[in-house]
Amino acid sequence: MSRSIFSRRGAARAADPGDRVFAALVAAMSSVVILLVVGFVVLLTIDSMPSIKRFGLGFLSGSIWNPVETEINHLNFGALPYIFGTVVTSVIALVIATPLALGSAIFVSEYAPSWLGKPVSFIIELLVAIPSVAYGIWGLFVLVPLMRGTVEPFLQQILGHIPILGALVDGPPFGQDLLTGGVVLSIMILPTILSLSREIIAQVPRLQKEGMLALGATRWEVLSQAILPYARGGIIGAAMLGLARAIGETMAVTMVIGNSSTKIGASLFTPGYTIASAIANQFTEADSEIYFSAIVELGLVLLLVASVFNIASRFLVSRLTRRTGANNA
Amino acid sequence: MRRDPEGGKFLRRRAAGAASIAVASILAFASVAILFVIVGHVVVNGIGSLNADFFTKIPKPYGESGGGIAQAIMGTVMMLLLAAVIAIPFGVGTAIYIVEFGRGRFAEVVRFAVELLAELPSIVVGVFVWALVVRNLTGYSGIAGSLALAIIMIPIIARGVEEILKLVPDSLREAALALGTPKWKVVVFIVIPTVLPGILTGIMLSVARAAGETAPLLLTALGNSFFNFDLRKPMAAMPLQIYTYAVSPYDDWHAKAWASTLVLIGLVGILSGAVKFFTRRWKHESQ
Repeated sequence: MSRSIFSRRGAARAADPGDRVFAALVAAMSSVVILLVVGFVVLLTIDSMPSIKRFGLGFLSGSIWNPVETEINHLNFGALPYIFGTVVTSVIALVIATPLALGSAIFVSEYAPSWLGKPVSFIIELLVAIPSVAYGIWGLFVLVPLMRGTVEPFLQQILGHIPILGALVDGPPFGQDLLTGGVVLSIMILPTILSLSREIIAQVPRLQKEGMLALGATRWEVLSQAILPYARGGIIGAAMLGLARAIGETMAVTMVIGNSSTKIGASLFTPGYTIASAIANQFTEADSEIYFSAIVELGLVLLLVASVFNIASRFLVSRLTRRTGANNA
Repeated sequence: MRRDPEGGKFLRRRAAGAASIAVASILAFASVAILFVIVGHVVVNGIGSLNADFFTKIPKPYGESGGGIAQAIMGTVMMLLLAAVIAIPFGVGTAIYIVEFGRGRFAEVVRFAVELLAELPSIVVGVFVWALVVRNLTGYSGIAGSLALAIIMIPIIARGVEEILKLVPDSLREAALALGTPKWKVVVFIVIPTVLPGILTGIMLSVARAAGETAPLLLTALGNSFFNFDLRKPMAAMPLQIYTYAVSPYDDWHAKAWASTLVLIGLVGILSGAVKFFTRRWKHESQ
């Protein structure tokens, strides 16, 4: 690592004055990054204080979001419907994206010859470059009609009569609902999970794979008994990073999720909100201090949850990638 | 008649192996197809509305057809430029610190902060910039939009440039140091020029990413239907225009939203495709 050269003992003292200035300059630049992170947490916490003080934990557990004080309905901010929407859409996204991404990762790194595997992963990873608003417009004009007209009635037909699963597909298919939000998210996090899984699978010691093949194991046996057990933690980490991104994704979800109901129910065909889409939709409408504060608190929740998943993911992935330098040959 | 157990087992194992290959291939090609389906829809729906007016005129009022999104293209370009000017010193400086000077805990903290910042939900960046400057200092403005985009660009630049700087062989640094060159000169006149194309691609990548950001601009730049060269006023941007048009009830606006998406994807795609291509080739050459 290059870092070691300049940081070797004694080097700093033998310095030209320019060195100290330059080092201070780049250190100052990088402290801005730290200041930004601290600033995010501090500023959002301060602005959430009115809401935190007034609603406490009820903010997270309450399900009535009513920004206008009237005689019948009291002003209240309970974010549970938004949290529910975020959880449901993210879980749908993970359920769809993880098998696709993992299957693709296995294909490109284990099964496909490299002339095929490389372009395949290149193309899938280009999905990450597509702006979220582009997923939004595609979702709104292509996916939503498809879900409403074909996919959702079809799901109702096959799942509708099964006791528990039937509840998931209850009600009229709107197209703009939690399920569609989850499907759009799954496409958006697919490249994230794919590229991390690919890196992880590349870390599996070649000797273990080759040893099994030499003993006459089939490709499936190598995969299920050498690769997957070794890579399991890292793949979970990859899925977690996908989850972190799904939780924070805003525009595409906002455009397909309906943004109309705060009902919490079993049906995936319910239009809903996620935390992020609630912020995007209501931010410019916040006309009172407490309303604004409640929306900032939504932002704070988003920040904390996404960061926790991000950190957990880094931990799982780096534990695996640090352990081996075995495949560098 | 029963087959002998060994033979049956062998066939089963072979079948499982073949099945796993088939399943993985199907999943991979389904994933590849997604990109073509989405881009295909954008091209088919967007290409019809692209004409000279689209790039040179501002939007017409409701109901009138014609007009374009020139003000949004200009807003995006202006805000991206300002954002890049703000973000480049911090992003590159952070990377130089981490790779060339970083030691001990502080460098670890910096690296960790970069990771956290890189994965922040972009809407949260919007809320932060709103609370920091829009509320009391600037109002909804191009400056605030640029600042939000800059915050998104900094960690992307820092990560990209860090990767690139690590590719510079230590022998190069050692050779220069051995000649008595002060280390700041080694960094500025030897390390950075060696990898300048790589650094530029890293910056381009961050621009490509920021060009498509919508959510933070919603809370900072707000959007504008007219030409506005004043960064202190609300400013249009392509992603905002796409959002506004897409959720509107007018067919003509929908068509324009598709066309804008095509232009935006073209821009972002070219930028990031080029980046991937060049970094790969470049990494390959330098090893």
